[in-house]
Amino acid sequence: MSAQATDVTPVTDAPPPRSARAAVLRRRLPGSLAWHLGSLAILAVILYPVLWVIGGSFKESGDIVGSLDLFPGDPITDNYTSLADGIADISISTFFVNSLFLAVGSVIGIVVSCSLTAYAFAKIRFAGRNLLFTLMIGTLLLPYHVLLIPQYVLFRNLDMINTYTPLLLGKYLATEAFFVFLMVQFMRNLPRELDEAARLDGCGHFRIYWSIVLPLCRPALITSAIFTFINSWNDFMGPLIYLNEPGKYTISLGLKMFVDQEGLANYGGMIAMSLVALLPVLAFFLAFQRYLIDGMATSGLKG
Amino acid sequence: MGSAVTHAPALDGRADPEPRHGPATSPRPAGPKQRRRRENLAGYLFMSPWIAGFLLLTAGPMVASLYFAFTDYNLFDAPRWIGLDNFAEMFGDPRWRHSVRITLWYVVVGTPIKLIAALGVALLLAQKRRGQAFYRAAFYAPSLIGASVSVAIVWKAIFSDDAVVDRTQQLFGIGAGGWTGDPELIIYSLVALTVWQFGAPMVIFLAGLKQVPRELYEAADVDGAGKLRQFWNITLPMISPVLFFNVLLETIHSFQIFSSAYIVGGGAGGNACGPADGTMVYTCYLYVQGFENSRMGLASAMAWMLLVAVALVTAVLFWSQKRWVHYEEGGR
Repeated sequence: MSAQATDVTPVTDAPPPRSARAAVLRRRLPGSLAWHLGSLAILAVILYPVLWVIGGSFKESGDIVGSLDLFPGDPITDNYTSLADGIADISISTFFVNSLFLAVGSVIGIVVSCSLTAYAFAKIRFAGRNLLFTLMIGTLLLPYHVLLIPQYVLFRNLDMINTYTPLLLGKYLATEAFFVFLMVQFMRNLPRELDEAARLDGCGHFRIYWSIVLPLCRPALITSAIFTFINSWNDFMGPLIYLNEPGKYTISLGLKMFVDQEGLANYGGMIAMSLVALLPVLAFFLAFQRYLIDGMATSGLKG
Repeated sequence: MGSAVTHAPALDGRADPEPRHGPATSPRPAGPKQRRRRENLAGYLFMSPWIAGFLLLTAGPMVASLYFAFTDYNLFDAPRWIGLDNFAEMFGDPRWRHSVRITLWYVVVGTPIKLIAALGVALLLAQKRRGQAFYRAAFYAPSLIGASVSVAIVWKAIFSDDAVVDRTQQLFGIGAGGWTGDPELIIYSLVALTVWQFGAPMVIFLAGLKQVPRELYEAADVDGAGKLRQFWNITLPMISPVLFFNVLLETIHSFQIFSSAYIVGGGAGGNACGPADGTMVYTCYLYVQGFENSRMGLASAMAWMLLVAVALVTAVLFWSQKRWVHYEEGGR
């Protein structure tokens, strides 16, 4: 490389290809530098709050807000050990288990119900399909808050307040139109020949759904599953409205209870618990970021 | 699903584990009419969870909500029809008007900044360079955690008195005091929070940018068009469907901001949304009226106003797309 770079100076137009490449490289170097500097600057802004909470969780309560140092000189673990006492006699792990139960329950419901619905939209020609599809897309844009009060009244009349049913039922009834839409897009792009051949062989729709379409849709199913898990884990309004017994609280509600009851007395503990509550989502992100980003990207492309 | 099982004949189109019952029932040789009927049954069987969910959890509640909007309903006594009183009370309520104002402010300021940031960074990342995938993933991460209680707590701390943001602005001599203690400024901490989550629309922009044919730029280079003109005349029109999608989704989402406003603004009691209602966005006020004051009728009326607002914005955007969104031939 260096040998070629020396004879590159005199070259101007229509040079031999190698030295041309070196020239291009040199011309692009400032651009490349600017690109990396710009990206790093944005990265710093993006990461700051995350580093802040990590560093803060190892500081004394009084030093967290006012100190400009991201990481403490001598880190302490008291904030984490203080979490072992739990909040209001409830162990932090209870909130974790509750959140995990809801998240896994939601994932199963979404994957099953949305894939069935998506199969009907994508692969079966039935009367009224276009109308139902339009309705489904309509619910995609519907503000959830219009349904908030009547759904609450409904579940209250069914004596289901303070149970997990209101938080899970919708997941089993494919009400998350976004995932139906995502799967329909995916299924429509599968080669038609596969299921047509299966039909000629006499396969029924359930067989085609189960043995051909579902296995091919794995990427869409995984994307939906991860998003569902994360949404359920982060959900605050649903549990806030439906759960009123601290023993049933999710991690989001537990954290809010922490803020209200001990936020001032144990600020460091609150910061530590904030970080702990984020860990599952961050772990999911690190493990599956490719599925998440590809899923996001395809959802927008054919809107 | 339970009731559908009684239609035994329908099952051979769907769930029968051995579809090769007899030669006569295989799909192709059956008459077209019979086949169509079987397709209909299969379609509705597959759709049955969605249909049940739509009726029970979407359509039914919407009708109920519309009815509640015209009643006085506190959950304990039966709803009492009061006509338009809820709407009259709403429009006359300065707190409601305040919540509308700061929600619109949040949407109108936050959404464009977020989308411009998303597009700008997407243009940066569209260049194929080392580390591009890493940056893309890192920039996307806030979109996943941004709605959580944890991040709201962190946000409240970062923007409070004497914390980083306050110190930084003192450094530049632009006023003192954190944003979360100031009823006027606290909403901008929420704007910052939504802008921080520019990664989700960015990923969609990136996917759109990848679809723009390289030849268009090459041809423009030959014609001597500068980078800025290429952006206006090639990039923007080519990604306009993606831009439309992002504008629509982000705007609708912004109208519905709740948990971060509730947590960032929430005092020790949890009732108030910020100092002097600084983060009392529309849905927060809806929550307060419905679930803290047990004014279910009034809250339903508020929810319908939100729906009307969102529907109007959606309609205007769809109407406007004829003028600025270019779909490729053969696309939708």
